Amino acid sequence: MFAAVLCTALLSACSAQNGAPSADGINDPYEAQNRRVHAFNRGLDRAIVRPAGKGYTAIVPDDIEDSVGNFSTNLGQPSVTVNSLLQGDMRGSGISLARFVINSTLGIGGLFDVATDFGIEDHDTDFGETLYVWGVGEGSYIELPLLGPSTARHTAGRIVDLFTNPLSYNLDDPESYIPPAATVASRLGDRGRYSDTVDAILYESADSYAQARLIYLQNRRFQLGAQDAGSSIDPFELNTEGF
Amino acid sequence: MFRRTFIAGLGAVSVLPSGALALTEGSAKTLIDQLVGDINKVISSGKSESGMIRDFEKIFARYSDTSYISAYAMGADGRRASTAQKRAFSDAFQSYIARKYGKRFREFIGGRLEVTSVRKVKKWFEVDTVAYLKGQSPFKVTFHVSNRSGKDLFFNMFVEGINLLLTERTEVGALIDSNGGDIDRMIAALKQSG
Repeated sequence: MFAAVLCTALLSACSAQNGAPSADGINDPYEAQNRRVHAFNRGLDRAIVRPAGKGYTAIVPDDIEDSVGNFSTNLGQPSVTVNSLLQGDMRGSGISLARFVINSTLGIGGLFDVATDFGIEDHDTDFGETLYVWGVGEGSYIELPLLGPSTARHTAGRIVDLFTNPLSYNLDDPESYIPPAATVASRLGDRGRYSDTVDAILYESADSYAQARLIYLQNRRFQLGAQDAGSSIDPFELNTEGF
Repeated sequence: MFRRTFIAGLGAVSVLPSGALALTEGSAKTLIDQLVGDINKVISSGKSESGMIRDFEKIFARYSDTSYISAYAMGADGRRASTAQKRAFSDAFQSYIARKYGKRFREFIGGRLEVTSVRKVKKWFEVDTVAYLKGQSPFKVTFHVSNRSGKDLFFNMFVEGINLLLTERTEVGALIDSNGGDIDRMIAALKQSG
């Protein structure tokens, strides 16, 4: 019930802010509040997430790290299948279903990505993308505690995705703790593996909030196949004399 | 007869500004093929990090429209910069880019870039490449090529949708703000950055 109310609020925020993005494609009316969350996330990363991620990558052998990542991705496949269906993407839903079946069986419960070896390439989507396909606007930029950069639409999608995965209804305790644990482990692995990239954004840029916001928005729009301000920068429209 | 043709030919060449050499799908692809070839060479050279950074700075100077990228990165603040400041910024910016991206070259060891397609967008060309790096899923790197300067050069680069121009304009803008709007101090800070 709470989730439904929150989603409705977020979605109305999406549509209300539709026309608002500035020329640089950034719509961030809650910047002051977002910056406070960013400062919190950065502190948390420095104190806990970064050292844990680096430790995880250093201690856990690469093969096992890959398996944890595969396992976590595989648990998310049913949700990808449902969302692909909701988007009318039959091919995508078929691919994710096939991947789930193959990797859960031949890939020993999802530990090995056998499907990719068979040439069935990874397909990923989420309810945020479903909303995009349905024509819902991106909404305001939001930095979420722990989870980081997002938009109103992507956040609403995340909440709905807690329910689009059939696995979340069919697991009892303590098995129900396995998917979130796998997600956390997989995210720690990513933090360790892409340490240099994340560090460059969080600790080496002049304004890590602005940099993280820009990078997230561009990459998210790229994944959705949406138009981004960067793609139409005309090199003939600037006076470069003196440079 | 020969002489006349020769002179006429010379005249035609000198009348043609270098920019009139048409940018085509083929020449845009050639530029990126060469760029990719040079990058792959640096990656496989096994040089030290500082050696790779030096090589990368040369590649950046040779293949990219450095004056455009510098001017774009400075944004509206470029309009109030003096000629000397623009020059100093352009130099500092190129070294900064080489350090920032050159430092990451370690991740490229054993990897490669492959040109996949070219298409025309308005007055420029979009060249798609795929990066294959060890231990990572392949990802898309796109170059935008124009002959604005009279030479075929790339003026923007996208890694999974994240583009160089907007990223660096955000960075330089933040540096200008954190230095109280002082362009000279921003340039000094840029020299320490990356």
